[in-house]
Amino acid sequence: MTAKKNLIVIGNGMVGHKFLELAIAKNATQNWNLITFCEEPRVAYDRVNLSGFFSGKTAADLSLVEPGLYQENGIQIHIGDKAVAINHAEKTVTSANGLTVPYDKIVLATGSYPFVPPIKGNDATGTFVYRTIEDLEAMSAYAKNCKVGVVIGGGLLGLEAANAIQNMGLKTHVVEFAPRLMPVQIDEAGGNVLRDKIEELGVSVHINKSTTEIVRENGKVAKMLFADGTELETDMIVFSAGIRPRDELARKSGITVGERGGIIINDNCQTSDPDIYAIGECALYQNRIYGLVAPGYTMAGVVADIFNNITTSSFTGADMSTKLKLLGVDVASFGDAFATTPGAKEIAITDSVQGIYKKLVLNKDGTLLLGGILIGDASAYGTLLQFVQNNITLPPHPEDLLMPPREGKPAVAAMGVNSLPDSAQICSCNNVSKGDICTAIRENNLTDIGSVKKCTKAGTGCGGCVPLVTDILKSEMKKAGLVVKNHLCEHFPYSRQELYHLLRFHQIKTFDDLIQQHGKGLGCEICKPAVASMLASTWNDHVLAPTHVSLQDTNDYYLANIQRDGTYSVVPRVPGGEITPEKLIVLGEVAQEFGLYTKITGGQRIDLFGARVDQLPLIWQKLVDAGFESGHAYGKALRTVKSCVGSTWCRFGVQDSTSLAIEVELRYRGLRSPHKLKSAVSGCTRECAEAQSKDFGIIATEKGWNLYVCGNGGMKPQHAILLASDIDKETLIKYVDRFLVFYIRTADRLERTATWFNKLEGGIEYLKEVIVEDSLGIGAELEAQMEHLVKTYQCEWKVTIEDPEKVQRFRHFVNSDESDPSLVYVEERGQKRPATEEEKVLIGSAK
Amino acid sequence: MVQALPVRDTITTWVNICPLAAIAPNTGVCALVAGQQVAVFRVGYGSDLYAIGNYDPFSKAFVLSRGIVGDRNGIPKVASPIYKQNFNLLTGQSFDDENVKIPTYQVRVVSDRVQVAIGEVL
Repeated sequence: MTAKKNLIVIGNGMVGHKFLELAIAKNATQNWNLITFCEEPRVAYDRVNLSGFFSGKTAADLSLVEPGLYQENGIQIHIGDKAVAINHAEKTVTSANGLTVPYDKIVLATGSYPFVPPIKGNDATGTFVYRTIEDLEAMSAYAKNCKVGVVIGGGLLGLEAANAIQNMGLKTHVVEFAPRLMPVQIDEAGGNVLRDKIEELGVSVHINKSTTEIVRENGKVAKMLFADGTELETDMIVFSAGIRPRDELARKSGITVGERGGIIINDNCQTSDPDIYAIGECALYQNRIYGLVAPGYTMAGVVADIFNNITTSSFTGADMSTKLKLLGVDVASFGDAFATTPGAKEIAITDSVQGIYKKLVLNKDGTLLLGGILIGDASAYGTLLQFVQNNITLPPHPEDLLMPPREGKPAVAAMGVNSLPDSAQICSCNNVSKGDICTAIRENNLTDIGSVKKCTKAGTGCGGCVPLVTDILKSEMKKAGLVVKNHLCEHFPYSRQELYHLLRFHQIKTFDDLIQQHGKGLGCEICKPAVASMLASTWNDHVLAPTHVSLQDTNDYYLANIQRDGTYSVVPRVPGGEITPEKLIVLGEVAQEFGLYTKITGGQRIDLFGARVDQLPLIWQKLVDAGFESGHAYGKALRTVKSCVGSTWCRFGVQDSTSLAIEVELRYRGLRSPHKLKSAVSGCTRECAEAQSKDFGIIATEKGWNLYVCGNGGMKPQHAILLASDIDKETLIKYVDRFLVFYIRTADRLERTATWFNKLEGGIEYLKEVIVEDSLGIGAELEAQMEHLVKTYQCEWKVTIEDPEKVQRFRHFVNSDESDPSLVYVEERGQKRPATEEEKVLIGSAK
Repeated sequence: MVQALPVRDTITTWVNICPLAAIAPNTGVCALVAGQQVAVFRVGYGSDLYAIGNYDPFSKAFVLSRGIVGDRNGIPKVASPIYKQNFNLLTGQSFDDENVKIPTYQVRVVSDRVQVAIGEVL
């Protein structure tokens, strides 16, 4: 066996990591010791989605390196240590920490750095660049004392940075030197639409602006002066005026670089030193720097092949097609977007109302698609790109390809995934072909999109190809004769929606009747609570009625939330989050008397923890006497309607959001649904109640109320979508009634509104038709069902404590008045908490 | 329905727990039997009863009597109210982890009194 040779990868950014990943996958580790230097204090992370850092993603979420990947494959990584010298004679690399490592081959993946234009004052305190997690952390810390932020540069990264600044709550400006935004990717008409759309979102766009000076006050950024004599006051500035290749190491080592920077490479990504390769944004290929991740990945693949003695692989330039969501606006540019091909023709539509611009570039006789630009709606991107890349002949009326999707029909009906060749590249970020995806689906029997993404990596980059990948999955499953079953469980061969229909249509009022007529067996923990919920949202009998009691999850059974030690927490309703001092005192007294741990919830209520089952009726007797009602925190039901103080107190409020929140909460209190429901009402566009993260959220306008639906916080945050604007209160209630009952009738079990919406064919347009325009003619019926539910509301706790038979069940032992002896508490910060298993051993009460 | 667990002719001490009516159909209760927490379930509307330990080894809490009763392919089971693991009511075997089995107890109804046997673990 010959000794392994040393292959040193300099740089552990996205491309450097991709190279290592491919080298591992292709077994390069058999012949090579892989050694890598990483200047940053952490391994490769997803720079493309960097702004996700501001919407709650952590550095760990952004990491691209599967934990253990490097260790398991024997890759030596030097984190936080930068390679500073290459000695060609000795064939060694030296690092900043003084390490000297011999090499046989080197791959340079040093990436790029943000270009800071030579403007006077560009080093003032409060100026930033946007490239690393450290940059973001610095920006974020500084922004805490800022009101206004400016991004210099209206390109792709600049708009990403603007998004980040806006997310930090600053008034945001974008200053662009060129006459339009994203001058590299989109044309003037597209730039105008994009600009309008972005300004609508509250970001001010200044084009044709050349900054001449940054004026500082006490060393800090204060304002900007422009060549046209105007000026702009700001607290911070982010430079995003393009990138420059990090070629200093190559330059110092005598490797040939381009006139304006960049390490010159050939088709094999080889530099002027044949033992040294360069890939990604540091490389200059045919006088061009590729500032996107996909071409970098392609280069990584070429070099990984070379190290596995695959000689057929070469880099011949790359497609710069791109699809992004910038500030929530779809932007895509692909192929020959500027119609530079001789004889090229254009078809374009501009819809300034919806903020949509779409352009197709066709060949001379209009039979082939050469490229295009999509702003505002890029849903057709994947399909259109396939036309370009595979030279697929266009349908007779190519303009149809630009039409927005109609309900239930895909935008591009002309072409299904079946017409694509196996060689068609579906995911350009990770270079995955249709054939790769089909093979993975067949060989691994994949049946869900998550597994396909995991297995093939398709759709894990920009995500633009996910709809296409989904179509391929569906088509493959169909070919394999697989049907996606959505039966509730083994006891009912129906989906929740079908069962709901049966239950209403046949007027079935108990679980026993339903399972006898339409199911089999005894039921289980899946179907029982689901049916209990359906019965409640149809007939609204008490959940602890004798026929229903055995269906309830323990939370509904004890009307409280079970905690890890088997005790429960109690959350009384505080409508709209408004509470009197007297009631607050009662909550304090009850917590004190029963020794409960107290915490303020995210829904503007107070949670009392550690109540034993036998204490629950005693606690509630006191709460009901003080005028409290059940808060339904235990149920798959309406939880809270959060609110801000609105116009009654707030100097910015335009409507009385608190009163509306209370009214809405009282209207829908106790409403059982497929999953929990949350709501909020904000008194102005500042949106302090965070209504856009709720199942239904209401925001005051000068003229009335805006209704947003299907938002979500939690695990998969999703912004709610505007269903209706500037409506009065009566209309608002009507729409919410319809919306909620429509959701209750059609959603799957434990499906939040956001997930339900994502599966709804036709999307928001369809939902608007059903709810606002009443296209199905069921509006009155939906309202009537809600009216019935509102009228038959009862406080579940009040009814329970008044019924000795129901109270009877609230004890731990059926044959003893003792309470559960296994409960052990310790004190922390002046309150009790359950003892850990270790603590129980110490205390001597472990099982 | 037939008694699921055979009543053995051994010298077994039967402890009265409660009247049958105190266990609502298709629910469970917890009984304190010789210092042990025993979960007793009533499946259906008759006297088809099952008794297992109340301790849930997955959540490490005494809660199984509060689980939802049901069946898996005809085998009576209960789902833990905390993390929903399923247990076979006949054997105490976990459906989710073959290495986990919880104790079962004999249970019977004598003139409308529910009784659990102690000292005799199947």
